[in-house]
Amino acid sequence: MIVGEQKPLAEIKKTVAPYKKLLILGCGTCVKTCFAGGEDEVATLTSALRLTLKKDGKEIEIEELTIERQCEDEFIQEAAEAIARNDAVLSLACGAGVQDIARRFDKVPVLPGVNTTFIGVLEKQGLFTEECVGCGDCELATFGGICPIARCSKRLLNGPCGGSKDGKCEIDPDIDCAWQLIIDRLKTLGQLDNLRNYIPPKDWRSSNAGGPRKLVREDHII
Amino acid sequence: MNKKSLSQLQIVLSKGDFAVTAECGPPRGSDPGVISKKAELLKGYVDAVNVTDNQTAIVRMSSITACTHLLQMGLEPVMQMVTRDRNRIALQSDIMGAYSLGIKNILCLSGDHQSFGSQPDAMNVFDIDSIQLIHAVRAMREEGKDMSGFDLKEPPRMFIGAAANPFADPFEYRVIRLAKKIDAGVDFIQTQCVYNLDRFKEWIKMAREEGLTEKAHILAGVTPLKSAGMAKYMAEKVAGMDVPESVIKRMASVPKEKCPEEGIKLCVETIAELREIKDVHGVHIMAIEWEEKVGEVVKAAGLLPRPEPT
Repeated sequence: MIVGEQKPLAEIKKTVAPYKKLLILGCGTCVKTCFAGGEDEVATLTSALRLTLKKDGKEIEIEELTIERQCEDEFIQEAAEAIARNDAVLSLACGAGVQDIARRFDKVPVLPGVNTTFIGVLEKQGLFTEECVGCGDCELATFGGICPIARCSKRLLNGPCGGSKDGKCEIDPDIDCAWQLIIDRLKTLGQLDNLRNYIPPKDWRSSNAGGPRKLVREDHII
Repeated sequence: MNKKSLSQLQIVLSKGDFAVTAECGPPRGSDPGVISKKAELLKGYVDAVNVTDNQTAIVRMSSITACTHLLQMGLEPVMQMVTRDRNRIALQSDIMGAYSLGIKNILCLSGDHQSFGSQPDAMNVFDIDSIQLIHAVRAMREEGKDMSGFDLKEPPRMFIGAAANPFADPFEYRVIRLAKKIDAGVDFIQTQCVYNLDRFKEWIKMAREEGLTEKAHILAGVTPLKSAGMAKYMAEKVAGMDVPESVIKRMASVPKEKCPEEGIKLCVETIAELREIKDVHGVHIMAIEWEEKVGEVVKAAGLLPRPEPT
């Protein structure tokens, strides 16, 4: 999923300050799962924002709404009327959602309420970890299902650097050394020899280094 | 390679002499005087001098420039180059430029992560890794081609080095990684500082069994300790460093003012032991901001005079 984290209340307060009527728009998919922008977070944020603004002697009319996904027009249109009757939208979706709302409502300011952090998983209760950078050319088969591009601090493709100690990365003792994980896993799978081969430089054209990416599915174009 | 283009380090190693290299960290500023001062301290005592490339991710005078200052003073530089700060375009371009200036040795590294440095807010590059860099430098030398396969006019013909850390984890992978570096085209290896000789010997033995020691020259790294505190700090805080308790104890057992002397003594003893190990072809003395002691160490280790540059 796309993992995000709600922005600090003080920052949100500052961004919404110029507006009288605000729609806080939640997204019911990824950011809901990571407790950043679903229905519950919209409700909590609305109360918190009302309270803090009241303390400051400011009045903003806040409307709440959560749609299934802010990255698909079919769902976005469900918010059209609510968007039309407000001065601005505070979107609690990921960066893609914020931009898709902005794309479809060109006269309404759309403000981000969430910092989009990474593509990751819920490793365990309360812990989300980054697993994928969307490089566009998946090589997980070589690395035993553990991505060195997303999970090695130096994105090394040919083995661990000299800073791997007791399974941890030198930059932070809380970060697992991806290469230790790769080696352990390949050992279990009996594929350690995979790592003897030289991995040539990656072709980054499939990543965002090649410019903004598009995916065209001719078979889906009507 | 034609003889004219051979580096002095390569000549020493290929003759079977025990090589001595040292390190020179460029200044945080533009004063070439810092380089010349360090160069004066090292001249005549070493065969080549490594020039670090923004080591520990702290911004310093560029390695190429500092190497050029050393060349002008008659010292042979080993240009360190990290993949942290440059993409493949900049790396190849700088290597061509460096060779045009007379720099003939390169040490290919990935580099310390920027989070350790003075500007942790910087973006890193890591377009390619150190092994891919080695591969590229060898292809320039052996095939005369850049990474795109383009035929270069006057390709750089670098003597290629890499680092190896016999003490890092996962231990069983360390030799595989060394093999990959050697297969990619490394001529010489400089290791992490050796304090744990037993583990170092074990690593060398594993490398020998894989036939690796015949394919590249191994220079063992040493760093003279200044104090017990330094030994302790290295043991606890520096990633990938193995300083046994016995070394810390030995440094702590002498009065504070005698510590530097004891550190030098320990370093000289380590070099003597390293010289006994088959397949160790030299030492790399990393006297961190203590360059004035390199001459003393080399002399006490009986490694003088150094072979005359040909």
